[in-house]
Amino acid sequence: MIKKEFFLKGYKSILKPDSPAIALACCFVAIGALLKNVGFNIQESVLSTVLIYALPGSLVMAESILVGASLLSIFIAVWFVNARLYPMAVSLFPLMMDESQPKWKYYLSCHFIAVSAWLIMKSNYETVEKKDRVDFWIGIGSATLSVSVLATALGFYLADYLNKDMLMGLAILNPIYFTCMMVGAMKTLQITLSVILGAILGPVFYFYSPEWSILLGGLVAGSISFLIGEKNVN
Amino acid sequence: MSISVLLSIIVTSLATYLSRFLGVLSSLKIKETSKIFRWFNCLAYATLAALIARTIIFPVGALLDASYLSRLLVVLLSLGVFFMTKKNFVYPTVFSAISIGAINNFF
Repeated sequence: MIKKEFFLKGYKSILKPDSPAIALACCFVAIGALLKNVGFNIQESVLSTVLIYALPGSLVMAESILVGASLLSIFIAVWFVNARLYPMAVSLFPLMMDESQPKWKYYLSCHFIAVSAWLIMKSNYETVEKKDRVDFWIGIGSATLSVSVLATALGFYLADYLNKDMLMGLAILNPIYFTCMMVGAMKTLQITLSVILGAILGPVFYFYSPEWSILLGGLVAGSISFLIGEKNVN
Repeated sequence: MSISVLLSIIVTSLATYLSRFLGVLSSLKIKETSKIFRWFNCLAYATLAALIARTIIFPVGALLDASYLSRLLVVLLSLGVFFMTKKNFVYPTVFSAISIGAINNFF
């Protein structure tokens, strides 16, 4: 089963001074308020965070419900928007795959893949032996999900008291936090180039296709950075 | 709980889980020392950077109320705070939330 020691070590990572707890919580407060305005009740709002746990996906769902989109179009739109979770999983799970661990842990814990948990794991995985990393990851994911669920409920109840400036402040927190985390992660040529080119090409591709801009920008920027980095090392 | 909202939540969660699950299936065959792992690492960082840049430059929701210039200014000032505080993540984040409203009133 899950080793308590490593689970708790992961769970406590949310309490560190540089943890994403504040940014994450503020973001889900905004989501909670948005879901209330869309017409969700408290149970639906909390359930959506527990089951989805990906901000852009929740935003697409809320917009789709407002315009009365079909379930199939919601599925396709959300799949496109959250397709970034695929490369995030592939760049994380090989770091914790170990034959001594049962596969179900990996299949269930992949639900925790989101920017905040992913970045925490990327900067801390070396502090834990490979065979125990999945338990550490489950701890990190449980902590970030707990914060998100509590913040969604808080946002739902605060919705009527939040003015325009407060909502703006909550909305800017997350991109600023992640910008700082990405800049802080720029320690190798490949990652530095990936971050800079991705930040340029994502918005550039938006002029060609708003739906595909993130995936296309990421694919082109990541591939160029990979090739330049490999050539430089060789 | 209405059926249509519940179905929307379930469909959204399935669509989100699909990418995560396929990522784990692919990970079973990829070693952390391989070139393909390094390529996916680059793709992940680039995709996240593209997502964040798009959120700031072409926002949806509450950020639409802030002007383009004020959003850009907040990002630059927050990065300044980030470097001045020896790469602390909390100070620039709190600064951005407090300053965006004030800066938006000027620009």
